[in-house]
Amino acid sequence: MNTQILKVNGLTMDFGGIRALNSLDLDVNRGEIVALIGPNGAGKTTFFNCITGIYAPTEGEVYLAAPGSDTSVSLKGLKPNQVTEKGLARTFQNIRLFAKMTVLENVMIGRHCRTKAFVLGAVFRNKATRDEEQSILETSYAILQKVGLEQYVNEFANNLPYGAQRRLEVARALATEPLLLLLDEPAAGMNPQETIELEKLIKEISSEGQSILLIEHDMTLVMSLSDRIFVMDYGKKIAEGTPVEIRENPAVIKAYLGEDVDA
Amino acid sequence: MLLIKELKKALGVALWFVFLTFPIMVIKVDPIERIIRYRWENAAYVAIVTFTVYLVMSFIKLRKLRVTADKKESKPSRNVIHSILNNKKQLAVLSFMILAIALVFPHFFSVYQTNVMTTALMYVVLGLGLNIVVGMAGLLDLGFVAFYAVGAYSYALLNYHFGLGFWVVLPIGGALAAIFGIILGFPVLRLRGDYLAIVTLGFGEIIRLILENWGEFSQGPSGISNISRPGFFGMDFSLETSIMYMYYIMVIGVIVTIFIVNRLQDSRLGRAWIALREDEIACQAMGIDKRKTKLAAFSLGAFWAGLIGVVFAAKTTFINPASFTFLESAIILSIVVLGGMGSIIGVIIGAFILILMPEYLRALSEYRMLAFGGVMVAMMVFRPQGMIANIRRTYKFEKQK
Amino acid sequence: MDYFIELLFSGLTRGSIYALIALGYTMVYGIIGLINFAHGEIYMIGAFTAFIVATVLSIYGFPLLAIIVIAGVAAAVWSSAYGYTIEKIAYKPLRHAPRLSPLISAIGMSIFLQNYVLLAQTSDFLPFPALIPEFEFMEPVAHIVGSSDLVILITTTIVMLILTYIIKFTRVGKAMRATAQDRTMAMLVGINVNQIISATFIIGSALAAIGGLLIASHIGQINFYIGFIAGIKAFTAAVLGGIGSIPGAVLGSLVLGLTESFATGYVSSDYEDVFAFSLLVLILIFKPSGLLGKAETKKV
Repeated sequence: MNTQILKVNGLTMDFGGIRALNSLDLDVNRGEIVALIGPNGAGKTTFFNCITGIYAPTEGEVYLAAPGSDTSVSLKGLKPNQVTEKGLARTFQNIRLFAKMTVLENVMIGRHCRTKAFVLGAVFRNKATRDEEQSILETSYAILQKVGLEQYVNEFANNLPYGAQRRLEVARALATEPLLLLLDEPAAGMNPQETIELEKLIKEISSEGQSILLIEHDMTLVMSLSDRIFVMDYGKKIAEGTPVEIRENPAVIKAYLGEDVDA
Repeated sequence: MLLIKELKKALGVALWFVFLTFPIMVIKVDPIERIIRYRWENAAYVAIVTFTVYLVMSFIKLRKLRVTADKKESKPSRNVIHSILNNKKQLAVLSFMILAIALVFPHFFSVYQTNVMTTALMYVVLGLGLNIVVGMAGLLDLGFVAFYAVGAYSYALLNYHFGLGFWVVLPIGGALAAIFGIILGFPVLRLRGDYLAIVTLGFGEIIRLILENWGEFSQGPSGISNISRPGFFGMDFSLETSIMYMYYIMVIGVIVTIFIVNRLQDSRLGRAWIALREDEIACQAMGIDKRKTKLAAFSLGAFWAGLIGVVFAAKTTFINPASFTFLESAIILSIVVLGGMGSIIGVIIGAFILILMPEYLRALSEYRMLAFGGVMVAMMVFRPQGMIANIRRTYKFEKQK
Repeated sequence: MDYFIELLFSGLTRGSIYALIALGYTMVYGIIGLINFAHGEIYMIGAFTAFIVATVLSIYGFPLLAIIVIAGVAAAVWSSAYGYTIEKIAYKPLRHAPRLSPLISAIGMSIFLQNYVLLAQTSDFLPFPALIPEFEFMEPVAHIVGSSDLVILITTTIVMLILTYIIKFTRVGKAMRATAQDRTMAMLVGINVNQIISATFIIGSALAAIGGLLIASHIGQINFYIGFIAGIKAFTAAVLGGIGSIPGAVLGSLVLGLTESFATGYVSSDYEDVFAFSLLVLILIFKPSGLLGKAETKKV
């Protein structure tokens, strides 16, 4: 079986005259935690936006392994919702929860693309719809338990403490049953205690076989979690390798760790 | 000290408004007879009203400051209505009582009152329909009246040309309006919120102008008259019974609408609408098809407007384009805004207040539209969640593990 | 040929009036991103104030020139005062609210003002005094271009030049452009953003009032409802040119004015307003950034 779950070839993104991504290659293997690091403005979030269909990349290919087969599907030209349906789910750097919905409902939204009841189902509530609704509820609650938010089930999402909101973003993305989970700075703004809990959570999710690609600035977290690390600067990949390799890579130290080290 | 400062400020505000309203409120000219009337009493009214309003508002602001200083963070307000809604038994009793009153209403009140109540019920359904679009899905539709017109004209024309009856056209009118909703929705729903509002407004006006100018099709501004009232197995009704009949049709209509809208709100689709309203990008990133979800909201809203359009044509037996101006859309929108966007019970109460109040307070009916406009501004500024804020369904789980 | 030139001039006249109103939309949109739905009503109030003042003065027997000047100044002053007050009451408290809240508030304000004028004055059409005389030197061409067309075109040009000067070279104008680009940054460099927003409303309202005065005296009658249609049309013009762009608003207005004039002249006058509304719908659907506007990039 193909071990690669995500394969990105020569991804390029131009905004007007500015090249935000320059022929970027990246891959993630099944079950791996891969980190994408780089100084602010290196193009990490733009990379996420390109592969999830929010931006249309200028050039390049994105392939996602189809579940349970050797083939992979191209994500090029798909809309964000189609990308999610294919199995790529993400969180946002600046938390984007549905503020006026409850915590449980936020997670239930994640189940949307795996269920299908529509107008008639909603109005007549036939057996299929009732069963589906029940399964949405159960799955969503189980996910909340997994990320440790079950005590907040009926709270509005915007009333949650900061760290809990970040975990809810993870829960919501998990509910879409992603082949690959994209985390955009999940530890940003967290206090040390919250970061430790987050690390535990990511490890737990990963131990269940979930492949993860994360953007993160917290070097301790990155070094302890990742199997492999990609380093970006000015839209280009400048290094890739295991945490040990990256730590000793002179190009990385120069571009990034040398000036901006907080580890 | 504080009081004197506030009084001074209030005086300043009052003077400013006297100046502001001076030409329009005080002077009245008759350019033909060449007479000028100075209505100084109006300046005094303006001064008194603005002075008082300012003082009351600063008083409320002060108290609010003190209250929030006392209680750190207030829980989302759950008033009497919310507590009744959450209590199944109380809710059942209350609904039963309202239903009983609704059923006997026409036997205790005059034909006129029944007619007014029918109108109010129609606006309840219109409000609930628009609530799907604006309140739940967050799509500001300023051309809602266009779909209402589609329904009304489909009945009027089908009845006039082919003699089709009310019950046959009712679903046709709704369906036609929904189809119009989809046709319009396809190109416009990718627009950003405020542009969408303006495009729907333009669309509404285009429909009205076409109805006004395309005489061969719609009989122009003079409208279509002698539209049949609804029949009941071929029986002939007197005017009085048919008004009663219309009333009962609307009572059933309201019940069915509440039932359906309530179910929609708590469904997979309803959640998608609300998520779409909250954050479009996150919503798409969670795998929701934006276009399909928006179209569903738009066409469902239009469907209800179409249905009530048919009812409107049947009730008044006469329609012309003047009934379908932008102001009509604005009235329905203010029902939704006043009641509370997304809140079913709020919209129902909003419709009764806005439609019945001017009917019963005749002296105020002149000021109806003025009040609608004022209500929209005041609600946005002071209570954007509306009278009855929408509350989300809560779930209980047994502790596992 | 005469007919063509007549239509051309009437289109330009219409267009320049639209431009005076469209500038208010575009400036406010540029600064706070709000479609100021009540702007049409400000224009209407400007026309009403001019009407009241001009009629009062003419009854008291003032000379024509004095009437024009005083009525014009009064219209501009009161419209600006309304613009300023409306912003303080209906928009300022909503500056951080979701995008649709201020729009709903603006619609409410528009309905309120319409009915306020309706109740305080009248719902009838009122004859507006002819402020612009027929010039003798225009007589040979009077059947094609009226004197008031000429006055409107000249006045609008002068007003545009003054506006350009204000925006390009004065302190307020520079602060306005800075605020439009980045409000937070403008605040950080010490610009009083609230004052600048107020100034924008005041300038936009004064322009609309001048437009109101000119069109009312051109057409010869006014009514409380004129703001709604004129407002939508001017908004169409602003969007056509690219909302937020000042040259765009002028260009869009001229295009709209000419389109309407030729369409009603050569096709049919029944559907005059349908042309404008259809144009609005089509632009928003196919090119929401307009002729001179910048396309928006979404930030995630």
